Amino acid sequence: MTATPGGTPTIVLVGHGMVGQRFLEALAERGLTATHRVVVLCEEPRPAYDRVQLTSYFSGRTPEDLSMTDMRFIADHGIELYVGDPAETVDREARKVTARSGLVVDYDILVLATGSYPFVPPVPNKDAEGCFVYRTIEDLLAIEEYARTRTTGAVVGGGLLGLEAAGALKGLGLTSHIVEFAPRLMPVQVDDGGGAALLRTIEDMGLSVHTGVGTQEIVVDESGAVTGMKLSDGSELATDLVVFSAGVRPRDQLARECGLAVGERGGIAVDEQCRTVNDPHVFAIGECALAADGRVYGLVAPGYEQAVTVAATIADDESEQLSFTGADLSTKLKLLGVDVASFGDAHGTAEDCLDVVYSDSRSGLYKKLVIGRDGTLLGGILVGDAEAYGTLRAFTGSVPPVSPESLVLPAGAGESVQLGPSALPDEAIVCSCHNVSKGTIRGAVTEHSCTTVPEVKKCTKAGTGCGSCVKVLGQLVTAELEASGVEVDKGLCGCFAQTREELYEIVLALRINTYQDLLDRYGRDGARGGEGCEVCKPTVGSIIASLAPTIGASGYVLDGEQAALQDSNDHFLANLQKNGSYSVVPRIPGGEITPEGLIVIGQIARDFGLYTKITGGQRIDMFGARVEQLPLIWTRLVDAGFESGHAYGKSLRTVKSCVGQTWCRYGVQDSVRMAIDLELRYRGLRSPHKLKSAVSGCARECAEAQSKDFGIIATSNGWNLYVGGNGGATPRHADLLAQDLSDTELVRLIDRFLMFYIRTADRLERTSTWLDRIPGGLDHVRDVVVEDSLGICEELESLMTDHVAHYADEWATTINDPEKLARFVSFVNAPDTPDPVVGFVPERDQIKPDLPLLSIGHRPLEGSAQR
Amino acid sequence: MTLALETTDLKVQLRLDDQWFTVCDLSRLIPGRGVAALLPDGRQVALFRDRAGELYAVDNRDPFGGAAVLSRGLTGTHEGRTFVASPLLKQRFDLLSGECLDDDTVRITTYEVRTA
Ligand code: SRM
Ligand SMILES: Cc1cc2nc3c(=O)[nH]c(=O)nc-3n(C[C@H](O)[C@H](O)[C@H](O)COP(=O)(O)OP(=O)(O)OC[C@H]3O[C@@H](n4cnc5c(N)ncnc54)[C@H](O)[C@@H]3O)c2cc1C
Ligand code: SF4
Ligand code: FES
Repeated sequence: MTATPGGTPTIVLVGHGMVGQRFLEALAERGLTATHRVVVLCEEPRPAYDRVQLTSYFSGRTPEDLSMTDMRFIADHGIELYVGDPAETVDREARKVTARSGLVVDYDILVLATGSYPFVPPVPNKDAEGCFVYRTIEDLLAIEEYARTRTTGAVVGGGLLGLEAAGALKGLGLTSHIVEFAPRLMPVQVDDGGGAALLRTIEDMGLSVHTGVGTQEIVVDESGAVTGMKLSDGSELATDLVVFSAGVRPRDQLARECGLAVGERGGIAVDEQCRTVNDPHVFAIGECALAADGRVYGLVAPGYEQAVTVAATIADDESEQLSFTGADLSTKLKLLGVDVASFGDAHGTAEDCLDVVYSDSRSGLYKKLVIGRDGTLLGGILVGDAEAYGTLRAFTGSVPPVSPESLVLPAGAGESVQLGPSALPDEAIVCSCHNVSKGTIRGAVTEHSCTTVPEVKKCTKAGTGCGSCVKVLGQLVTAELEASGVEVDKGLCGCFAQTREELYEIVLALRINTYQDLLDRYGRDGARGGEGCEVCKPTVGSIIASLAPTIGASGYVLDGEQAALQDSNDHFLANLQKNGSYSVVPRIPGGEITPEGLIVIGQIARDFGLYTKITGGQRIDMFGARVEQLPLIWTRLVDAGFESGHAYGKSLRTVKSCVGQTWCRYGVQDSVRMAIDLELRYRGLRSPHKLKSAVSGCARECAEAQSKDFGIIATSNGWNLYVGGNGGATPRHADLLAQDLSDTELVRLIDRFLMFYIRTADRLERTSTWLDRIPGGLDHVRDVVVEDSLGICEELESLMTDHVAHYADEWATTINDPEKLARFVSFVNAPDTPDPVVGFVPERDQIKPDLPLLSIGHRPLEGSAQR
Repeated sequence: MTLALETTDLKVQLRLDDQWFTVCDLSRLIPGRGVAALLPDGRQVALFRDRAGELYAVDNRDPFGGAAVLSRGLTGTHEGRTFVASPLLKQRFDLLSGECLDDDTVRITTYEVRTA
């Protein structure tokens, strides 16, 4: 098959990696996709993705999240993208490229962006089962799969990528080793001092580092799988898995084979326009290119610059003549929680330059700035604290407005100065990935009326590469907005200019007990009299519910207007599942339940055909109830003495318990009784986010109290109260608020703590993020709730007393209210007909949602017309 | 199909081809909240009433998740457009045009609705 150009010139891009994608964008930006046929040969099984953020796969980013390719962009610009079809040969004479599938494309311009391949040292058994490299998503998937059943891993190479790989192995739960031939880690970026600080921190994290030794042989068992490695100092390291990360080499094979010149150590030789030195029709960009300055760049920013250079050269526009003559090698990475950054002339190679060094190896800090004779900042290295990286990098090449010493001293140490981005000159490059200056960013705000960081990112591309400049970007945007008189909007949403905390104060002080009243009196101009929105309605609904008895509102969330404010789950007092059915969670205080209780739940689940599961919160969830079944199920549950577990609400979930003193030989207090008391006291309390708690009977902590919003651990003298713990996506260990409390002291302190949180937190802010955000943090909270520094403790306690006194089970109230019950139907005009989209199929002796049914979409209900 | 009891209340009606189909009493619609209705051919419609008394009707199916749940979402206004946010993954749909405010390639069917 031959694809012939029909008159329009053809550009063929070989390699759809990061630089290739940037090249396509640069073509589109210059209108070249309209005047040219563009064909892309992509070797990997997926289009371009963010290789720089590869490691974030292990912190939960999916391959889809990493994708850099918008298929709409490809389609809109008529780009022909062949995924999984690499170029195999190039015939430069005939100007034809042949791909593996047999596709032949004639080109007028050929752009090679083939990237590089990981270098694997030629040690015996380097290809054994259990040996990997770290370059593509496929590599990661393979490592993850293999690591599942293994315990130890080793990385060959202690450079930037090696450390990232080691971090990933550690994240996979392996005992991890790093073997580096050079005498220090990250030999390219940091000097000996920085290497020492880095080593200490990394070893403290439980990684074993072996520097100054080479890998001599991979040891394998009889089946050929890795069991260890022999090192040059004669020792042997046992390991189940080896990741080679000993540098990369340009992929110039295709170019060599068609007779293009390559450098001595590889790389396709190009001139300042990135045109190959032998063939004006062929260009090379990215990691496969040997730039005119004689270097192969292993970073993405120079590659982007090359991509733009080639697009501009093809456009041949007088006004935009670009050339690539070299680039900065700044890097910043955060691996295993250590910040490491180097920028500019980090090793001080310029003549006559001077160093300013701050080093504190006890806390793993090392900062070095390289300064020219005239005071110009030339470069630097930061280990342990790279806060200032964004600003310092942008100052590189100019004389900073304050003394260099003050820039490296730790915050709070006398002389130290925080140099804000406002001090930067307009020419300073803030985003080095996309070469965006401070002036351009300011322009985005002042001329293109961007008001948020995402808008500025879209407008300037700044911050869309490695992400290391986003912090400075945010500061610049805020500063620019404030300077131009725009007040930075901290309001809750488009309807209210106040924060949640301010709205709480208004509601409490003025006893406002309806949402409409609040919106019409205190909403933004355009929002008064309107519908509100899905953000402020539940937020205000929750404030009103928290304060209900005090402000004279109904404490029942389905009453009157309140029903319309609740999130969908609260409106049906159950949790919506993917197919439109609901789950039912009765409260099981402290996780304690009688055999009769268990039997009742079992019978109900059986009678209604529900899927049952023990939750992570020490209770039982029943899934698959149709909306019209909820009242029937709850009538039986309420009869048996159960009440709502509020699994749907932003309110108290569970107070987990361990069995404690009653049975456990270590227990020192009755943790079950305390958990039940607390759960019954705070049940139904609406709050900015859900609240979780646990009580452990001794310091062994079987109830995991330190991962809870308020956690209690028994001591021989009473109770220790911990606050601000969190599981979930960003786990946080709770902080100790007070020790050895009596029962009464404990309850009083929790009352105050919770009410203070409800009063001052933002919407959907767990206690953990709240504690980290509020000025003064834990100390401030302790001052307020223990020392009563604001004199509000009495009020906080009385608000809680009101709540406790007015608690009523919402499900018991609902099943006794015919008007409310009428809402629990699938169809207002056919109350007896169940929603046909809610279907189930069997799985492991129970049911699960019928997913094909959901994807079919609209399906007429058989025979419904006749009924 | 069991229709709601006859009363003297105003009725909510939907336009289906050339005729008006009576759904329920107006009093069944709480301002700011929706209900679902079943059409004779099996389609499902989500009906809403805003605080000014305006009525809206759109297809009940969430095109992203597949479940028929839009009637259970929260309503609001965004730049003057009244919308419902799906209770599944919170995408918002303009109640007048059916356009998804968060993804302009997606649109849901809308229906003409009146009281009589
Ligand atoms: C059912 C359950 C999983 C299970 O089968 O075990 C569950 C299910 C859900 N969890 Fe959970 N979580 C459950 C225990 C947990 C736990 C464990 C615990 O509580 O000890 C955690 C970690 C602890 C924590 O919260 O700090 C947990 C952390 C989350 C998070 C992350 C919270 C965070 O701060 O990062 C969410 C998302 C959120 O709330 O924004 C979440 C959200 C959800 C939602 C509500 C998601 C949703 O909107 O559909 C799930 C709905 C439940 C349903 O339909 O009934 N769930 N979830 C557990 C119910 C416990 C209970 O009895 O109430
Ligand atoms: C884990 C990791 C972390 C990194 N971190 C950073 C960082 O923090 N900062 C930074 O600046 N850089 C970082 N890099 C480097 C950065 O990813 C590269 O500089 C960048 O990806 C180079 O882009 P490229 O398009 O030249 O090459 P690539 O992104 O490698 O793309 C080349 C593509 O060409 C394909 N290809 C090769 N031969 C053919 C053929 N014959 N036909 C068709 N297709 C072919 C390859 O399969 C590949 O998909 C990191 C790299 C890794 C692996
Ligand atoms: S926390 Fe202590 S008392 Fe409770 S079960 Fe564990 S060991 Fe026993
Ligand atoms: S510096 Fe990498 S995204 Fe801006």
